[in-house]
Amino acid sequence: MSEINEATQRQEASGDTGVKAGVQKTEGAKRLRQLDMARSQFATRVRQRWAALPRWVRVATLLAFIAVLYGLPNLNIPFIRTESIAFSSVLFTCAVYVLVAVGLNVVIGLAGLLDLGYIGFFAVGAYSVAVFGSPQSEIATEYPWLALIPIAIALSMVSGVILGMPTLRLRGDYLAIVTLGFGEIVRLIAVNSSITNGQQGISQVPRPPGEIDGERIFGVVSARPYYWLALTVVLICMLGVRQLENSRVGRAWLAIREDEDAAELMGVPAFRFKLWAFAIGAALGGLSGALFASRQGYINSNSFDLLLSILFVAAVVLGGSGNMLGVTLGAILIAYLPEKLRDFSEDLPEYRFLAFGLALVVIMIFRPQGLIPSRRRAVELKDRQEEVTVGG
Amino acid sequence: MAETAVQKKPEASARRPLLEVENVTLSFGGVTALNGVSFTLYEGEILGLIGPNGAGKTTCFNVMTGVFRPTSGSVRFRGQRISGRKRFQITRMGIARTFQNIRLFPEMTALENVMVGADARHRTSVPGALFRLRRVRAKPEELVQVTAPGGPRRLWQQLRRTGQQIFGVSRHMLEERAGRAKAMELLRFVGIEHRAHELARNLPYGDQRRLEIARALATEPTLLCLDEPAAGFNPAEKLALLELIRKIRDRGLTVLLIEHDMRLVMGVTDRIVVLEFGQKIAEGTPAEVRQNPKVIAAYLGVPEDAA
Ligand SMILES: Nc1ncnc2c1ncn2[C@@H]1O[C@H](COP(=O)(O)OP(=O)(O)OP(=O)(O)O)[C@@H](O)[C@H]1O
Ligand SMILES: [Mg+2]
Repeated sequence: MSEINEATQRQEASGDTGVKAGVQKTEGAKRLRQLDMARSQFATRVRQRWAALPRWVRVATLLAFIAVLYGLPNLNIPFIRTESIAFSSVLFTCAVYVLVAVGLNVVIGLAGLLDLGYIGFFAVGAYSVAVFGSPQSEIATEYPWLALIPIAIALSMVSGVILGMPTLRLRGDYLAIVTLGFGEIVRLIAVNSSITNGQQGISQVPRPPGEIDGERIFGVVSARPYYWLALTVVLICMLGVRQLENSRVGRAWLAIREDEDAAELMGVPAFRFKLWAFAIGAALGGLSGALFASRQGYINSNSFDLLLSILFVAAVVLGGSGNMLGVTLGAILIAYLPEKLRDFSEDLPEYRFLAFGLALVVIMIFRPQGLIPSRRRAVELKDRQEEVTVGG
Repeated sequence: MAETAVQKKPEASARRPLLEVENVTLSFGGVTALNGVSFTLYEGEILGLIGPNGAGKTTCFNVMTGVFRPTSGSVRFRGQRISGRKRFQITRMGIARTFQNIRLFPEMTALENVMVGADARHRTSVPGALFRLRRVRAKPEELVQVTAPGGPRRLWQQLRRTGQQIFGVSRHMLEERAGRAKAMELLRFVGIEHRAHELARNLPYGDQRRLEIARALATEPTLLCLDEPAAGFNPAEKLALLELIRKIRDRGLTVLLIEHDMRLVMGVTDRIVVLEFGQKIAEGTPAEVRQNPKVIAAYLGVPEDAA
């Protein structure tokens, strides 16, 4: 029982090692830390500069930037514009991916829940529009588009809650596996159910309403109006998520991501807020699916491959999990790069994916925290400590 | 500290029990971490919980804060059983704690860490934060202040103020402001105000320990449980902590303190409970405990039959 003998002395000793462990670092780690500090100082300086500008300057800059975004399809900027595929159609895809990434960022980046089945919500949203809106579907309710969007949001939200209720008690890897299963289940239902009509799919998905001079605004040919619509939706959703981030809700999510046990012991109803994160993520995923289906006019089960789920997560992690600007950039790259690379190798489309894959690997090697990392750099993908170690 | 001396005299009728640990047993498989432990914590006192390594002190905290459910026995806080309640509910009942191994939210700033604690008393949830429709009446000083000397800015401020007077202020905003003010006040209270905007992970070790205390205090507890708050401190820091614990008690809180440093424990506590191998072996004032042969045996490692 020599350990007990030394009860009092031990404490002094253990305390000392505790302090030293924080100081002692290998040279390499030190260097990395310095780089990291420099990076974060730079980012902080940029942020401070921005914050120090008069309010009207910031608002004006932001408005000008948004105006440029709306003008993109007409500006015809060389290098950026795509040759082999309509630019506005690429822009629309980008906007949909950004919406997906903003939603998935709530789940992964803020609340720290690794959701690998996000495509499931995207599919629920898309099928809601198709099934309840298309005259081709078995149900053939043919609701108008404006009613379909809330239905799509509500249904995906409900599916998020249904998935979250039993699974959010799981942590880390387990949650990832269950959500992966969810995505696959949704796809299998899409393949096998008669309502979704499997590989044949559903055509004549309703388009947004509106006419100018007897011509439908949202036609088949031009993707421009769809892009403007999607951009508007994205901006509104970003504003909403921003509101949440800067509130008790956002703080609770971060606290849960950082240390769920400690958060709960500090009065955070972790389960409730995780469920909210799931529901909001699902709603945004469903909304983007709905936009996607309305533009396509036709969906089948092939549109919701598991690979897309992985791509969504890649967009978030690549851009900088937890940072809205970062994940936006990530999503744009994921959506834009493959289309742009098409310009260079029309006859060898498989190189496109090779180059794309390489680009991803290179970025992840040099910027493991993502392109624009969160100020609170992602720690959520690290293994969580076991529940039993609370207070050690 | 004349008052402390008076309080140390047990006057059973005057003291109201705050927390009652009744016959709590907790086993992890073969290990019985707590074995029929009972003790009572009275309002306004500082109780020390001591014992050799592995005695079950931290486990006792974990049972009190709802991390573990006792195998048998119960814990009552202000007469209400806490077992079966969720951890965050227990916190809202008024028990807050710190951790033996610091468990801050490393990627959040010190201020944000404390605000999470303050949020335990707030009610804004997703709809409130998203739409900010929930309006409440605010005191005049909480409304937009008209500060501009004149011109369109003054008009704008006046308009907003009038708007707030008519429609109220969003609860989200009021809570946010109150939480921030409270968090700043607590950071000042524990002496790390200058660290408010630094990430918790970048704080020096001692400041991290202080930050944990501030975060726990922000939940507005009646009972504060400190798990080895002075671990790794030098004598000067220990002295400062001693002062801090006294100040916390002067705020009207009850404190439960796990600590290995005997001098610190003897100096600050009103009573002490001693655990060994999951069992309570002694209880009493510091003077009594110091002389208790069982305690001496436990700390010096003398076999019980020889003591
Ligand atoms: N989650 C757990 N699973 C299994 N055994 C545990 C667990 N937590 C604690 N124990 C055991 O319970 C006993 C009491 O541990 P506890 O951490 O409460 O001791 P302590 O008094 O806080 O010691 P220290 O002074 O080292 O902090 C130990 O034997 C420990 O190994
Ligand atoms: Mg302990």
